[in-house]
Amino acid sequence: MSYVTKSPWIIHYDGSSCNGCDIEVLACLTPMYDVERFGIINTGNPKHADIFLVTGSVNEQNINVVKQIYEQMPEPKVVVAIGICATSGGIFKECYNIMGGIDTVIPVDVYVPGCAARPEAIIDGVVKGLGVLAEKRASMDKRIGVIPAAPEAAKEAAAEVKEKEEA
Amino acid sequence: MNLTTAIIGIAAYLILAPIAGGLLAGIDRKISARMQGRFGPPILQPFYDFFKLLEKEPITVNKVQDFYVMCFLIFIVITGCFFFAGGDLLLIIFSLTLASIFLVVAAFSSNSPYAQIGAERELLQMMAYEPMVLLTAIGFYIVNGSFNIYDIVSSDVMAIQYLPGIFLGFVFILTIKLRKSPFDLSMSHHAHQELVKGLTTEFSGKTMAVIEIAHWYENIFLLGFVYLFFVNSLSWSPVLAVIICLVTYFIEILIDNNYARMKWQIAINASWIVAITLGFVNLLVLYFMR
Repeated sequence: MSYVTKSPWIIHYDGSSCNGCDIEVLACLTPMYDVERFGIINTGNPKHADIFLVTGSVNEQNINVVKQIYEQMPEPKVVVAIGICATSGGIFKECYNIMGGIDTVIPVDVYVPGCAARPEAIIDGVVKGLGVLAEKRASMDKRIGVIPAAPEAAKEAAAEVKEKEEA
Repeated sequence: MNLTTAIIGIAAYLILAPIAGGLLAGIDRKISARMQGRFGPPILQPFYDFFKLLEKEPITVNKVQDFYVMCFLIFIVITGCFFFAGGDLLLIIFSLTLASIFLVVAAFSSNSPYAQIGAERELLQMMAYEPMVLLTAIGFYIVNGSFNIYDIVSSDVMAIQYLPGIFLGFVFILTIKLRKSPFDLSMSHHAHQELVKGLTTEFSGKTMAVIEIAHWYENIFLLGFVYLFFVNSLSWSPVLAVIICLVTYFIEILIDNNYARMKWQIAINASWIVAITLGFVNLLVLYFMR
């Protein structure tokens, strides 16, 4: 059994949300819903987090922020897009500065639509994410065999550079 | 001091302290949740967190930080072993300081601004609590005529009778040592957003798990200090001492849930004032009355 499903720590990032979904995310931590029952902690530190909750769509300004938070999280990790804006861009989809949903920048595992998504739906989405987290944890051990391919890629890149230098 | 009791003390500490420390952390989180009107996580939650951290992908900023964090764990364990083997109180205090310094150096080595501010605050906290810890050791020496824990435990006097001020002062700085509000400046268990996570911002996975287990060892050792105030050669005194330890920890949880975080200036001023008024005056009275 994987312990990762028993203590999922979350990091919450507000893309360009109207704060409706953010308030609902924080509502999950209150005595009314109390997600700490499931061992869920709101960490605020990507290096400690297992689940990345994103609200709002991605805009030109925060593409790198979203990518960096995602890259700083250690495997296994899961991304949950919260609210319709994070899922597809929502009413902001046509805006000149909006990229669209979170999945235009980083891979998303669970979508929680709604405007704003209800706390029950968010908790449900996180619990769905736990299943994905367990699968990713199981596949982590297998993936170790793939790593030796990397030096070959490096050699190819080096060869390319040499060719260019010669040319 | 006899060798068998020392070895039994060390073995018991090595095996039981992480279990007791983890359970204590779980009970702490449960009680805190109930105080906030929440249901709270399972009692075993700290262990789930610990094993999860072991399962995570290792990410380190530089290799040296893992070495320092390991040293932190090792010196905390050595400190506790000295303590439960009945060793010298001064040596224990110095090795505890060394352990804390290793954690600070580990945080500094990561070059992250959050971890560095956390490390600076940890140094300030050490400045705040260190005088009181030393006064505690001196108090025990004046009462028992020895820094040796074995002598303190097997003496006929109960240290609390002579050191009530020092006990209160020690409980005051215990709030800093246990990383409880209002003095959880460098690394907090609650409002996780300030300084991101302070000292431990750059530690993840196994490194974080090592820090967790080191804290469990440390907490049990610190409660051992409280135990020392109430134990003497009488057979019922250990029971009383353990009850007092649990009550002290409960009071710390209560304080933790009732106070917001204070500024570091207040932490230093308050703990030095407490060390002077409660600790030093207690020592003066002892010195002239006995």
